[in-house]
Amino acid sequence: MAVMNIREAINQTLHDAMERDPSVILLGEDVAGGAGTAGGQEAIGGIWGTSTGLIGKFGPERVIDTPISESAIIGAAAGAALAGMRPVAELMFADFIGVCGDQLINQIAKFRYMFGGKARCPVVVRLIYGAGMNSAAQHSQAFYNLLTAIPGLKVVLPTTPADAKGLMNEALHGDDPVMFFEHKALYGKKGEVPEGLHRVPFGHARMAREGGDVTIVALGRMVSFAEKVADKLAEEGIGCDVIDPRTTSPLDEEAILDSVEQTGRLVVVDESPPRCSVATDITALVAQKAFSSLDAPPECVTAPHTPIPFAPELERAYVPGPPAIEAAVRRTLDWG
Amino acid sequence: MQYSQDGLLRAYRRMATIRQFEERLHEEIAKGEIPGFTHLYAGQEAAAVGVCEHLDNDDMIVSTHRGHGHCIAKGCDVKAMMKEIYGRRDGLCKGRGGSMHIADTSIGMLGANGIVGAGAPQAVGAAIAARAEGKGKVAIAFSGDGACNQGTTFEAMNMAAVISVPAIFVFENNHYSEHTGDKYAVATDRDIASRAKAFGMEVWRANGCDFYDTFETMAELLDHVRGSGKPAAIELDTERFYGHFEGDPQRYRAKGEVDRLREERDALKIFRAHEATDEMLDLAQLDAIDEEVTALIDAAVDEAREAEKCDPSQIEEDVYAAY
Repeated sequence: MAVMNIREAINQTLHDAMERDPSVILLGEDVAGGAGTAGGQEAIGGIWGTSTGLIGKFGPERVIDTPISESAIIGAAAGAALAGMRPVAELMFADFIGVCGDQLINQIAKFRYMFGGKARCPVVVRLIYGAGMNSAAQHSQAFYNLLTAIPGLKVVLPTTPADAKGLMNEALHGDDPVMFFEHKALYGKKGEVPEGLHRVPFGHARMAREGGDVTIVALGRMVSFAEKVADKLAEEGIGCDVIDPRTTSPLDEEAILDSVEQTGRLVVVDESPPRCSVATDITALVAQKAFSSLDAPPECVTAPHTPIPFAPELERAYVPGPPAIEAAVRRTLDWG
Repeated sequence: MQYSQDGLLRAYRRMATIRQFEERLHEEIAKGEIPGFTHLYAGQEAAAVGVCEHLDNDDMIVSTHRGHGHCIAKGCDVKAMMKEIYGRRDGLCKGRGGSMHIADTSIGMLGANGIVGAGAPQAVGAAIAARAEGKGKVAIAFSGDGACNQGTTFEAMNMAAVISVPAIFVFENNHYSEHTGDKYAVATDRDIASRAKAFGMEVWRANGCDFYDTFETMAELLDHVRGSGKPAAIELDTERFYGHFEGDPQRYRAKGEVDRLREERDALKIFRAHEATDEMLDLAQLDAIDEEVTALIDAAVDEAREAEKCDPSQIEEDVYAAY
């Protein structure tokens, strides 16, 4: 297996998909970059490096640099999908769902159902998200919670290069709209990536650690923090199950419930703010379906109920980190 | 322009179908049989038909909340549409969409839309697909004088011009966005076409109550778009005979306005007057079509009334292809 980082895994998967399937197109701001400039085509190559090399290989009719028009990007992806294509649309920052919300939540999420099951809208929206780059309140948010709440959308959060490839391939093979959240702080994360048409089915969690004493469900970037805590506590003889759901819609409820039934303790780690979040959703799930298994109140380790601040020390305080996770795990063990 | 007798009869049949469909809905809604919001298209028939008579199933349209006319003009099954509007399980969209969300992607009708201005970007995407297919097909966004003020419409026009795709922006100016006049809401002195021109597109204007004018102008526009692959726009001056929605008291209308419009701006009357002098068609042929359409609409309403209602146990079907 080749070793690469998440950025490279996504780039390679897009190359392969566009090679394999002529209906796959990419559109977004600066996905090639440099159009209409002295530097010329692909002066940028995509600001995240995930679309590097695509325009040279597939040309500007399939790798479409758009004006800064998020509603038109997502709307055009929707229309192209209804017309039979498989568009991959990039929102350079997930925060921009505030600009194109209608096309996401009222349009592509609804077509299939509203049109009686006949319309097909296999759009993949790549949303680059997350704090950690001091990019403040409008360029850092972990908005998967908002879109997880919308019936008709699927929501994917890859945390390893292998999953980035496998989940992207799965998105490109299904007929549903997929919100593909890429954490900007994870792009450089390396790992082994299977060759060929590797696919990871949605709704199947990854068990990142098995320990048996406490269940930690972690989302996105939080998975690696949870792993760090699990490894540290393992040295003390405390065993943590670390569950990476990989997709929040559909959610692998069974994996979470099975683990909690064994451990009796739940910690959910979520980079979003605390209200109406995936963390509260998972906590409610466990309270409803595994109540009698619980030996301690569930813990949610989340960002505070604030916009994301700019100053480095404030942003560090915003993002849930290993110490907060460790403290929460210990609280569940010390309870009662 | 050369017309065929068959073509004209088909156009008249579609316009008459739209008119009778909407007139009948107006009556049935008043009886309280039809749930929800309904926005009637009567008065604008020449616009939808004058545009869509140039299209085949591979050409695509996106429509508006006032979409029944576009659906019929594009060839949607009229009885299935009626069942949909009645909310029946074998309606065109299984009773899940209703009046504002009728679609049939198999014939290039990509959907009516409840959000004003949402369709224009989608037509740009459909035009990307048309370009990729390389068969000279086009994608059309119908928008009103309301949607022409939405940012999405502006974004879509700019993007279509920038990436150069065969998207066509058809602006049906019926002079009212909901209950507000175009004189107030369209700052460019009620001129929508000039906005499209400002995005670098070729634009046309036509009388959207006159089938011949709309059809012939669209022929020129389509020659340009199919030949160049570039976007274009047309503004159609048209009228709506009913309110924004059924139940709208229309206090914003001038006294006698609708009577005057029905006298002077009725697309069916204009068509008949044209044929009375043109002699391509015999008016008796049009009378016969009217009768056939009446029978069709009667049957559509009867069947919709009798049709099986939706089954709540199926509420969760079709949210996803697979979940």
